[in-house]
Amino acid sequence: MIEVRGVSVDFGDEPILKNIDAQIARGQTVAVIGESGCGKTVFMKTIVALVQPTRGTVWFDGTDLNQLTPPKLAMIRRRFGFVFQHAALFDSMTVYDNVAFPIRQNEPATAESEINDRVRTHLAEVGLPDEVVYRRPAELSGGMQKRVGLARALVLRPEVIVYDEPTTGLDPIMSDVINELILHTRRRYPVTSIVVTHDMHTARKVADRVMMFYPRRRLSSDETQILFDGPPSGLEHAEDRRVRQFVRGEAGDRLLEMSSNEGHGSNHG
Amino acid sequence: MPERLPANDVVAAKWWQRLLDAVRLRRPGMEGVLERARRSSMDPGPPNPSSTKADAHREKVSPLRQWIMQWGSAVVNATAAIGDFSMFTWQMCVWMFTRLPRRGTVLPNFYQVGVLSLPVVALTGSFIGMVLAVQSYYQFQAIGLESRLGVVINTSLVRELGPVLAATMLAGRVGGAMAAVLGTMRVTEQIDALTTMGADPIHYLVVPRFLACLLLIPALTVMADFMGIVGGYFYSVIILGIDRAAYLHHSREGVVGFDLFSGIFKSVFFGGIIATISCYRGFHCQPGAEGVGKAATAAFVYSFVMILAVDLFLNIVLDAVFFMIYPEGTALF
Repeated sequence: MIEVRGVSVDFGDEPILKNIDAQIARGQTVAVIGESGCGKTVFMKTIVALVQPTRGTVWFDGTDLNQLTPPKLAMIRRRFGFVFQHAALFDSMTVYDNVAFPIRQNEPATAESEINDRVRTHLAEVGLPDEVVYRRPAELSGGMQKRVGLARALVLRPEVIVYDEPTTGLDPIMSDVINELILHTRRRYPVTSIVVTHDMHTARKVADRVMMFYPRRRLSSDETQILFDGPPSGLEHAEDRRVRQFVRGEAGDRLLEMSSNEGHGSNHG
Repeated sequence: MPERLPANDVVAAKWWQRLLDAVRLRRPGMEGVLERARRSSMDPGPPNPSSTKADAHREKVSPLRQWIMQWGSAVVNATAAIGDFSMFTWQMCVWMFTRLPRRGTVLPNFYQVGVLSLPVVALTGSFIGMVLAVQSYYQFQAIGLESRLGVVINTSLVRELGPVLAATMLAGRVGGAMAAVLGTMRVTEQIDALTTMGADPIHYLVVPRFLACLLLIPALTVMADFMGIVGGYFYSVIILGIDRAAYLHHSREGVVGFDLFSGIFKSVFFGGIIATISCYRGFHCQPGAEGVGKAATAAFVYSFVMILAVDLFLNIVLDAVFFMIYPEGTALF
């Protein structure tokens, strides 16, 4: 369904992604994990053509996204749902209008009564009570905002849902609520899910495949940037030490690196 | 991970690539300069590990070559910024002539720009009229022409001060707010969210603001003119005691229809400048609260400078047109 072929993304002189190859099959739930700055969000944004690759191509159902004109790209994007890290709800609109926005934008002929039904159904589905409907996003908690974001992503019944750090900044209970919602969504709709996270609990719970990215600047030129690609059960016993280190949350050689940097800093100072 | 490419802008990315390819073919050593230009026009990114190597290389370069490189880089940066701004404006114009935004997105902007700006424009307009009366009265009295004060006040207001004042107030009140709102939307990924939902951010966010500024600034200019004339009349006739009938008679003689037209004509350009620059600054906002603040400040400063520059140019053109229509001109006295 989604195929990434030899994708590299450079920001100026700095390579963020280098020669990435990946395929995501229809119906799969893929967790993309890795430390901060490893390029997992850039990878995700490249998949929905929010970031243009410097080299390589991204294919969605046999269509090269880089070759599309903006209107055609907009048509393709309707088949994606996107849940942003901080929900990215429109401040100037109520919860209702936020969730109704994709329908009004993409299906302008839809009657207001149908919009109303769909908005309330999806808000109920993510467990939001009716009284939040006419509140502004700023009046909601972080967990509620994420759920509104999920309802907004689902309202056009997308084929692919992309979650960017869905549990970041939430308490453990609310994080688990979001995880359950991701699972519920997968059970209820035939969607392909891509979950970008560094929360191992989320990765283990929701994904049937995990891809671990590593920062390009920490790799030698012949190493691939995806250090692990397999089922979550294989993470603990991965061959690569760096994968095990990440999964266990061990600082390891990073402490030595930090103290070395401090030494350099004090010498200069 | 901060995003530094104009992510949702396929055209801009392709344009950059074409520019890079073209220069690469002609001047093999120029890629680095253009890349630096591109980076400097985007968001600042994480520190580059190879920068120490680059710094060491730079130390070896002779001062003259460094100076040439700096100037070259500045010129390329400026060209890149103008190119980027032109692309932004072009996309906005394309949307204007292909599909106008819905009424629901346009009306709130009309309210913000037009209705909410009226009080401040009216107030400052009336003060400017009064200030002109205060400043000019004693010079006119000294030569016994105080009854003609209205000609100077009204002509200055209708031709120059009304449009520039309305534009300045709009740039401060609306332009800064536009840049701040769009900048916050950029920083909080709301613009990306729009893109993922199939909406074009320029069509949805910029075109309504542009239309509001373009269509409503003439009304604000007329309000500034009117309140300035009223303020000048009030101070001259009521406070300074100039003869009312003589003041009104001379005022009517001094201002012709072309003066009013030229003021309103210029204001349309000012409105377009304010909306385009402010929205552009908001769209290219740097991350964080500081970035939003800088975008709002830059929106006002660039708008104001451009208003004055375009005002000069339009005055030269309009004067030429005026003397074509009225070869003998109009006499103030």
